[in-house]
This record gives sequence, structure tokens and C-alpha cells, in this order.
Amino acid sequence: MNPVYIIGAGIHPFGRTDTRTGREQGVFAVRQALADAGLEWADLECAYGGSASSGSADIMVNDLGLTGLPFINVANGCATGGSALASAQWAVASGAFDLALAVGFDKHPRGAFNASPATYGLPEWYGQTGMMLTTQFFALKIQRYMQLHGITRRTLGLVAEKAFSNGVHAEHAWRRSAVDLDTILEAPMINDPLTKFMFCSPAEGGVALILASERKMRELGADGVRIAAVAVKTRPPDSFEVFQPAVSVKEGGKPTVLASRKAYELAGMGPEDIDVAQIQDTESGAEIMHMAENGFCKDGEQEQWLAEGRTRVDGKLPINTDGGCLACGEPIGASGLRQVYENTVQLRGRGGARQVPGSPKTAYSHVYGAPGLSGVAILQR
Amino acid sequence: MTGNAITLAPIAPGLWTQEPQPRLLGGKLASGEIVFPMPEGDAAHGVEPYPLSRRGTLWSWTSQDFRPKSPYEGPSEGPHDFKPFLLGYVELPGEVIVESYIVDATLADLRLGMAMEFTLTPFDATRATFAFRPETVS
Repeated sequence: MNPVYIIGAGIHPFGRTDTRTGREQGVFAVRQALADAGLEWADLECAYGGSASSGSADIMVNDLGLTGLPFINVANGCATGGSALASAQWAVASGAFDLALAVGFDKHPRGAFNASPATYGLPEWYGQTGMMLTTQFFALKIQRYMQLHGITRRTLGLVAEKAFSNGVHAEHAWRRSAVDLDTILEAPMINDPLTKFMFCSPAEGGVALILASERKMRELGADGVRIAAVAVKTRPPDSFEVFQPAVSVKEGGKPTVLASRKAYELAGMGPEDIDVAQIQDTESGAEIMHMAENGFCKDGEQEQWLAEGRTRVDGKLPINTDGGCLACGEPIGASGLRQVYENTVQLRGRGGARQVPGSPKTAYSHVYGAPGLSGVAILQR
Repeated sequence: MTGNAITLAPIAPGLWTQEPQPRLLGGKLASGEIVFPMPEGDAAHGVEPYPLSRRGTLWSWTSQDFRPKSPYEGPSEGPHDFKPFLLGYVELPGEVIVESYIVDATLADLRLGMAMEFTLTPFDATRATFAFRPETVS
């Protein structure tokens, strides 16, 4: 496989933009990524993209230009962005194309997502009784995890406090003011033990990344960041995932652990080699559990990590340096690509007030989606 | 039984057995694995209906503090008359871990691994659904 580089990155600010549709926010991001790479739309050879609620990505050609390029729509829930990136990376790594686009965008109504049971092959009563909610799944998963591994509510609060504190310095973040720990802990409960400030909200936004072969990057003289690994894994047997009326009594594997191991193997490195990480934090508990599932610490060690501030921007392993989903909100199609955008910013040293000190050389991103799949990307400078 | 749940219509047919001490209806796969709910359609081929144990232990729990959007069909009309409820996963030893309402308990009562027993509970004015509650010493 040939090496692949990210040479252009664009983002439409996350949050609420009443004047633009989801797809228009995606188009905005593509234009910004093209300008960043010094390219025209007509230069791109193929595209992969998607949204969950804002229609097909390939319709963007109406705005960007009818150049005839193959444009493949991607739909993988919260991992849509990760899957689009993986597809674009494989397209260039295979040698089939020299320039590829990965794009994701979305625009969701306010309030928690309401999935349809039939879409997930589940019986109607599961939705009718109010047990088919993503927020419940994360609460149920972290509740058990806290009991088994000694994680306290305060630590859940510290994750959210860090997220909002980082969001202050990210131009594309939605929530750009700090929230103090007491306010987070005392906010209205959504699903015990998680309060309002510990959950991300469905939002809007768009992200575009332009991938290039090494030859093309040199030809353009572009500022590239190498994609050291991309891995996507769906769930193994007996795992515990979102939207499950029942779980096996046998303890199964986890898609995040599988994707993570595969990515480390492909990149020829381990968690100890990572300088900065963006991991799925749809709520505070998810960030805590995903720290262990991605190999950064052992189960239970998060309590000490958070207490010592090890995941802050100036810590040993900065996590979610732009405030993650908690500060940026979650436009499903764009969320996974935002993580890779942020890692590209960090490795290029363009993070401004949120720049990780010491010129980070490796950056890790992880996204998780229903009905149980994970995407991991490792970038290297 | 909680209240008049036994006289209400089940929220869905085939979810639990119709007997004096009803049991959730799971399925036993050819491999011996127990699943819940009992699969339907083509997925039910080779799966034997398997009534589940009425007793288990609490595997995890949470509260539902806001009114879910559709397809939720609970009795409330809007967010202001919504009554928060408890739910969780109950491990039925050697069988399967089922997601369920939790009734006759408060958040403060719940502990990992506590003994739970099956019951039915009113869902709205006309329908019942299934639940687990802390086991009562009899």
C-alpha cells in the first residue's frame, strides 16, 4: 500500500447555523479544504462522504461542479466520517487515485436522537416503551463501569470541565465558554449518573479532508500529514453495544479494542507513542471508557489521570483538544472527521491557544457508532 | 404484579408467557445460546421458545429523566407531565442479560448484583409491559 497524506483540511463551524443547510455546510468545508491544499474542485479524482440527516453527499456536485468524478455516499451512523476517511485512504493507498476527498456534514433537530426500531431490526415495543435511547446506553455502560472500576461522579465532571475549557480556544467549537465543575455536577440529570453538561448535543457542521499520494503531495509542495493507519471494525460476538434489548452472559470483545489494535499494528506503534488523541466523547463516561479501550490506560486508572490533569492540553496525553463532542456537539456525519481535522491542525502546529506544546508528532482519533462499530486513524508528522 | 398489570393487554404479543407466574419469552439457538426477545420471521427458524428465569441480579441501571421523543408511547402528553422511570439490565444466570424497566425501587436502593425478580407493570391506561424489581423476601 502506498503512503497517503492529508494535504487539505476544512471545517464549517459546529453548532447552529440557521442560514445554511447541512449540505451547504459541507460545501463550505470542501471549499476551505481546497483553498488550504491550493487545489480546484476539478483537481479531485474521487470523493467519499455522508450525512445521517442532511441527505446524500454526492448532490454536492451541483454546487461544486459537474466534473464527473466518482462520488460514493457513506452511511455508518456516528462512524460515517471515519468510514469516509477509510474509503478515501484505501482509494489513494491502492494507487487507483492520487487525490481523494473525504467529507461529512449534518444538521439535526434539537433534543436527543430518536431512532426507529425497524431501522435497526428491532421490535416496535423496544422503542414504544422508551428503552431505545443512545443516552441510556451510555449511562448504563458507565454506571456498571464506575461500580466495577472505582470511577467517581467527580471524574465524570472533570471530563466535561476539560472539554468546555478546551472549546474556548477552538474557533469551530459550539460551546465556547468554560463551565465550572459544580455547575456540571449539579445540572439536571439526563440519565443517572450523567447530567446535562456531561452529554453532547446533536448539532450541525461540516468537515472536509483532501488526501493525496506522496507523489502528488510533492508535486504540489503541500503541507501534508501522513495517515499512518486507518482501521474500521464492526462488533465481535457477545459485545455490549447501543440498542440491545439483551446482552450475552458471556463477556465479549469490543469493536473499539479491535479497531485500536489493528490501527496500532498497521502504524507499527503503540499507545505509548501517541502525543495527542481525539476519542469519542458523546458523554463524559464514553471518554473515560474509551481511554482504556484504546489502550491509553488500564481500567480504573482514569480516576487518577483526570485528577492529575494528564489529559489536559498541557498534560502527558492531551485528549479532545478542541473540546470534543461535548463542546462541539455532534453532527453525526461530520463528527469523526472533525477529530481528524483537529489532529491535522495539531500536527501542523496551527492550534493557537489550544496547541499541544512540544511539536506533537503522532495523533490518534477514535469514533464509535451504532450499531457497534469503531473507526481509528493515526496521523504522523 | 404491580397494580392491575395482569389484566392489561401486553404491549406486544409473545413477550412473556401467559401463566400465573409469567416469564419473559426468550429463544434457545441451535448452539444452545439463549437470546431475548424470541426472534421473529426467518430468524426464528431453528430457535426454540425458551421461557426465562424470573430471578436474576442487577447488571446495570439508569434513570430516564426526560420524555423520549417518538416512537415512545408513554402515557404523558408533553415533557411536563412526564414521570421519570428507572431501567436497567438484569442478568438471568446462565441465560441472558435483559434490558427492562425497574419498578418498586428508587435510584438509591439499587446496587450492582442485587437480587431482582420479574413482574409486570402498567405501561399506560390499557397496556402492560415487563419489569424487574428488588426481590422481596417471602
